Amino acid sequence: MKLKSILPVALGALAIGFGASDLRAEPVDDKLIIDGEKEMITRTKAPEGHPFDEVLSGWLFRTPETRAMEADSFQNPAMLYVERGAEIWNTVDGAAGKSCASCHGDAAESMKNVGAHYPKWNAAAGKPYNIELQVNDCRAKNMQAEPYKFDHADQKALVTFIKHQSLGTPMGIDLSQGEMKSWWEKGKDLYYTRTGQLNLACASCHEANAGKYIRADHLSQGNVNGFPTYRLKQANMVSLHNRFRGCIRDTRAEQPKAFSDELMALEVYVTWRGTGLSIETPAVRQ
Amino acid sequence: MATPKPRIKVPSKAAKGEVVTIKTLISHEMESGQRKDKEGKPIPRKIINKFTCTFNGQPVFSCDLAPAVSANPYFEFTAKVMESGTFEFTWVDDDGSTYSAKNKITVQ
Repeated sequence: MKLKSILPVALGALAIGFGASDLRAEPVDDKLIIDGEKEMITRTKAPEGHPFDEVLSGWLFRTPETRAMEADSFQNPAMLYVERGAEIWNTVDGAAGKSCASCHGDAAESMKNVGAHYPKWNAAAGKPYNIELQVNDCRAKNMQAEPYKFDHADQKALVTFIKHQSLGTPMGIDLSQGEMKSWWEKGKDLYYTRTGQLNLACASCHEANAGKYIRADHLSQGNVNGFPTYRLKQANMVSLHNRFRGCIRDTRAEQPKAFSDELMALEVYVTWRGTGLSIETPAVRQ
Repeated sequence: MATPKPRIKVPSKAAKGEVVTIKTLISHEMESGQRKDKEGKPIPRKIINKFTCTFNGQPVFSCDLAPAVSANPYFEFTAKVMESGTFEFTWVDDDGSTYSAKNKITVQ
C-alpha cells in the first residue's frame, strides 16, 4: 500500500529530471538559406521503405554558431577548398596535356547537378562509382595522370568543387542501373550489422538513437548530403569514406579500405537514405 | 593549403557616416607548435600572429593571434566610413612573411 502512494511521486520527479537534463535534443526548427538567397531542403519526406517518416539534414543537429557558418558562404572555411578545386579543374596534369576543363569546359555548366546523382553504376568496373573513383578513372584514362591517393588534399578539393556545383539539388540515385539494387541490399546489411568491440551497427546510433546525445555529441540521422564536409574538429575537409572509416574505428572494429566493395555498398545505401535532401557541399559540421 | 590566400568582403559603396561590416578570412593551417609528427618530433609553431586593417593609412582594427586560434582565421568587424578610400589588410606570419589585400570603397 505504501509503495503505491510513493510510486507516482517518484515517477513525476523522474519525468521532471529527464525534461531538465534534455536527453532528447530534437533537431532545431530552422531553415538553411545560403547567403540569404538559396534555400536548402533540410527536411523532406522519406522514400518508400525508409525506416523514418522524414529525413533530416545533419545541419539541423548542430549548434547555432556552426549553422550560421554554413549559411554564409563567406564565413564557411570550406569555400577556400572550393576555390582550390576550381584551380585544379583548370590545371593541366598528366602526359595527355589535359586539364578537367579541356574536356568538360565550364564546371558550372558541365558539372551542374552531377554530384547529386552519385554513386552511379559503372559497367566497365562492375561496381558503383562515386566521384572520387570517377575522377581517378578520368585521370588515368583521359589525362594519363596519376590517380589520386585516398584523401590527397587535391582529391578532396576537386571533389568538393564538383559536388558544390550541385548545391541545393535534391540528392537522388538511380538504383535501376546495372546491379545497383544488389549493392544497395549489401549496403543495407552492413548498415544493420553490429561490429567491433563495442558491438555497434550504423543503425544503433543513427537510427535507434538519432536526435539523442552520445556523450556531448548530438546524434544526427547520419545523412551524407554535405560531404565532403568541413569538420571543425579537424579544421579540414573530411571525405565520406574518411568519415565511414572514422565511425567504424570508433566501434573498435577493423576498418575496410576506402572505396572497397564494403564501403561503396554502404555509400550507395546511405546516400539513398538521404534521398531528397539538398546537396549542401561543402557543409560545416562539429 | 599551399600559399595562404586572403578573402575580403567589403561593400563597394556606402553612404557618408555609414557603419559597414567587413569580413576577412585567410587560409592558414595555424600550426600550434604543440603537436608532434609521426616520429615524435615537435612540429614547429607556424601561425598568423598579427592582423591589421587600416583605412587611408589610419588604423581601423588590429589584433594579436595566439596558438589556440583555429585554422583559417576569420574576422568580422565594423567601421564607420566618412570618405572614399581604401581598406588595407595585413596578416603577419611567424616566418616573417606578410600577406596583404586591399579593397576600395566609394562614399556617395
